[in-house]
Amino acid sequence: MPGTYIPLNYLPVLIILIVATLVGLLPLLLGIILRPKRYYPLKLTPYESGNPPVGEPQSKFSVRFYIIAMLFVVFDVEAVFLYPWAVAYDRIGLYGFIEMIIFIFILLIGYIYVWEKKALEWE
Amino acid sequence: MELNKLDLFSIRLIAPEIILISIALILILLDLVIKRKETIAFVGVLGTLTAAYVNYKLCAMGWTGSTLLGMFAFDGYANFFKLIFYINIILTIFISLRYMVLEEASFGEYYSLILFATSGMMFMASAVDLIVLYVGLELMALSTYILVGITRRQVRSNEAALKYFFLGAFSSAFLLYGISLTYGLTGTTNLKEIASALQNLNLLENPILFLGMILVIAAFGFKIALVPFHMWAPDAYEGAPTSITSFMSIGPKAAAFAALGRVLFDAFGPMHVQWSSILIPLSVITMAAGNIIAIAQTNIKRMLAYSSIAHAGYALLGIIAGTHGGLSSMMNYMAIYAFMNIGAFAVVIMLRSKGFRGEELTDYEGLAKSHPAASALMLIFMFSLTGIPPTAGFIAKFYIFMEAINAGYTPLVIIAVIFSAISAFFYLRVVMYMYMKEPKAHVTLSTSPAIFLTIAVTAAVTLILGLFPSLLVELAKMSIAGF
Amino acid sequence: MVPLSWYIMLSAVVFSIGVIGFLTRRNLIIVFISVELMLNAANISLVAFSHYLQSIKGQIMVFFIITVAAAEAAIGLAILIAFYRNNPTIKVDEINLLKG
Repeated sequence: MPGTYIPLNYLPVLIILIVATLVGLLPLLLGIILRPKRYYPLKLTPYESGNPPVGEPQSKFSVRFYIIAMLFVVFDVEAVFLYPWAVAYDRIGLYGFIEMIIFIFILLIGYIYVWEKKALEWE
Repeated sequence: MELNKLDLFSIRLIAPEIILISIALILILLDLVIKRKETIAFVGVLGTLTAAYVNYKLCAMGWTGSTLLGMFAFDGYANFFKLIFYINIILTIFISLRYMVLEEASFGEYYSLILFATSGMMFMASAVDLIVLYVGLELMALSTYILVGITRRQVRSNEAALKYFFLGAFSSAFLLYGISLTYGLTGTTNLKEIASALQNLNLLENPILFLGMILVIAAFGFKIALVPFHMWAPDAYEGAPTSITSFMSIGPKAAAFAALGRVLFDAFGPMHVQWSSILIPLSVITMAAGNIIAIAQTNIKRMLAYSSIAHAGYALLGIIAGTHGGLSSMMNYMAIYAFMNIGAFAVVIMLRSKGFRGEELTDYEGLAKSHPAASALMLIFMFSLTGIPPTAGFIAKFYIFMEAINAGYTPLVIIAVIFSAISAFFYLRVVMYMYMKEPKAHVTLSTSPAIFLTIAVTAAVTLILGLFPSLLVELAKMSIAGF
Repeated sequence: MVPLSWYIMLSAVVFSIGVIGFLTRRNLIIVFISVELMLNAANISLVAFSHYLQSIKGQIMVFFIITVAAAEAAIGLAILIAFYRNNPTIKVDEINLLKG
């Protein structure tokens, strides 16, 4: 039950968590407390050196990135099945081998499809 | 989970699914080389027929049992639903051929995705383990999301796919959380073992398990569009290409009913009192909202979407009854609903022509004057959806109401009959528009032999089953025998 | 060993954050991330149960959930991009063509 159990083994994790938070927050807090507060328009521009900012702060990504990322996610996650298969390979034998061949073959069809649809070409 | 239990020979029981998935993969590759989409559709129909034939042969040999380490059951219950799915694929492909060209979305992937979605449904119908159930459900759902958005240049279709996707993903997260709670308390994902664990571990009154069951029911409620979870359905049905609206008003709904029936009867069978007390109010508000909101619709696809919601409410009575008779009447209902609904959508599709949507109810004004045959067929489907004898829709409702009364749910049936009478208002309004109004604009029908065949088959079946109901009723009773 | 109920509480909290995020946020990408959060909450409780029950089935389920979540993410983003091309908004309130 919660409350009756104190996870002493995890105490270092808690300490490092607190220390890390402090290291991040303290300089910011000190800055807020110590610095003089004098605001004027030029001071508030992103580049105080005088360069006027150009364009939107959130620039748009090419849609290509999304396609590549989607393909990466799909093909990458299949590795989740490869690891347990490889670990248990000596116990599942030929049956497991054929299963994995079928699995890879289905992925291969997807790969051929993507390739032929020119989704892998940048331009 | 002993590996020596992997009986290679029992793999034959998933041969129909393997065939369907192989054909779907072949279609993806064929699409890269063949430019004529009719050829791809033809291969798809051929593959489906092969799978259906193999399935029939397996049934005829009297093989039942389970495979994949007892996760997949090959029994009459699953096979009855698979019959609905095969019919659904073939008729959907028939009504799509001309229509997808009109929508300028004639892709080969379309046919492949229909097959993938259907194989997911088949896994759902056969799943006796929550893992297979989940994977089948996702295979079905993910393919259907794409199909809804396949006319990707139309904002309506994009928006429909977006809404369907988000609410679908939301509901599958609920399903998973429900599964995880059930698994945690019972220690298994096998439906039969869950039922025995419920008894042995004395979990029938456990609130956490009850919560898990509610989450599972809510997730299936999303898929079959029960009322508090129906928000996606009208939008998705209206925005999707009409052929897909027809496809998804039957396939995913029947599959979710199949899975819900199995989960509630097999796994949560000992908790019938609890789950029927959840399903009864759901069923009442589903019938109420579906039928009443449908009256206000001016778009026929949206109207049929609400009609589809209302029908889910009626079919739920079969599950609430909690008897094998109730379950078989639900199967019966789903099969009949498939025919009459595809028929109605086939007529809706015929009205679509170049530059004319034909989705508004006013487009049907005076249709009987210009196209008497199409109007007469639409009349049959509308009568059947209302449940007027001698059409099959009457039989479907009659058996489900009778089984519910036998199980002692008479007040619920009275409510259902009242809402059924209300539904006549909006179904027969279409008939009234067709026969009693003067035509406003000239409507040309986009016909093709495939659509003729679809409408002829669905209309014939709707009438034949209305006159000789025992054909289907006996089949459903026979299928449920080994459940 | 950390008690099972801690994990279950964690997963319940994560799941609730996901549900609330899904229902209240107006940016579709955030809504999408909320769904992923809900899936991962289910994963946490499945793995915890699997460990405490000494049963492998929960972990098998998690593998499938991870894979399906990846496929779901790919399809969801694809649908989102298709929508964005025709209608440049990702605000939930502005998606209102279909209603009634």
